[in-house]
Amino acid sequence: MRGKLKVITVFINGVARQLKDSYTIEVLIAELGYTGRRIALELNGDIVPRSLYAERVVTEGDKLEIVVAVGGG
Amino acid sequence: MNDPLIIAGQIYSSRLLVGTGKYKDFDETRAALDASGAQIVTVAIRRTNLGQNPDEPNLLDAVPMSKFTYLPNTAGCYTAEDAVRTLRLARELLDGHSLVKLEVLGDPQSLYPNVIETLAAAKTLVAEGFQVMVYTSDDPIIARQLEDIGCVAIMPLASLIGSGMGILNPWNLQLIMDRVKVPVIVDAGVGTASDAAIAMELGCAGVLMNTAIAGAQQPVLMASAMKQAVEAGRCAYLAGRMPKKLYSASPSSPTAGIIASVRG
Repeated sequence: MRGKLKVITVFINGVARQLKDSYTIEVLIAELGYTGRRIALELNGDIVPRSLYAERVVTEGDKLEIVVAVGGG
Repeated sequence: MNDPLIIAGQIYSSRLLVGTGKYKDFDETRAALDASGAQIVTVAIRRTNLGQNPDEPNLLDAVPMSKFTYLPNTAGCYTAEDAVRTLRLARELLDGHSLVKLEVLGDPQSLYPNVIETLAAAKTLVAEGFQVMVYTSDDPIIARQLEDIGCVAIMPLASLIGSGMGILNPWNLQLIMDRVKVPVIVDAGVGTASDAAIAMELGCAGVLMNTAIAGAQQPVLMASAMKQAVEAGRCAYLAGRMPKKLYSASPSSPTAGIIASVRG
């Protein structure tokens, strides 16, 4: 087990968000309600493939972009 | 009539491509798409709305990827870098789907394409394996350069995005079609059915539109009109129109056997 929890701040779609700890992306998207939804995610400018959500951990100051397909011309 | 549209080796029976934006709701979007007969539909890539209930209806439910070919666009991008980044995200989002619509805009008032950034983005995207359908100005030289880069369809504007002004420069579209071998698809500016028919009569391979349908008083009815206009225009192009002349002295009814005048 890891040590005591440390609150971190990350930026999701440009908005600051406090997390209770350094989560994996999988945990983070579950918290956002996106599990099972078709999204794509960028972590600090690099795309994280869906297959790596369970491995990659977000840390203090990380910038995430989460996108979906919407109506457009 | 077997006259398919072939883009990057894929065969489509519909030559009408439509956008999925600006509809009242997803039901109207789907009804309009169905009425249009479109197989390729453009979508935009946007940040998730973090405050929104994730269970709200979404485009993917209304317009399933199993029934339509998604064409993710780069609407709203003003640099090659942003456009490339958007389409990399789109490819991840859509399970490696590589057919994309590239558009890099020049200014927010006119939404006129920035062809320098467009060329740069096209080079990168083609090198990364994307199949790029590219929105551009109606400049025949740029069109050929985009084809040389490897774009799979050239999509010149007929007039400005969302303007509904119709085909302002048919001569330039003709110059492009004379110089480019990949499909030339009019993208932007179509306002009503006759505009779509004219584009097809000129010999364009297809027409892409959004506002002309979504902005009509009755979008579903207009979608049906556009479907028929594209088909009619295509048939007229293939049929080959009669030459225009001021007069012909060649009536459509026989000149023989006309009854004699009683006043003879």
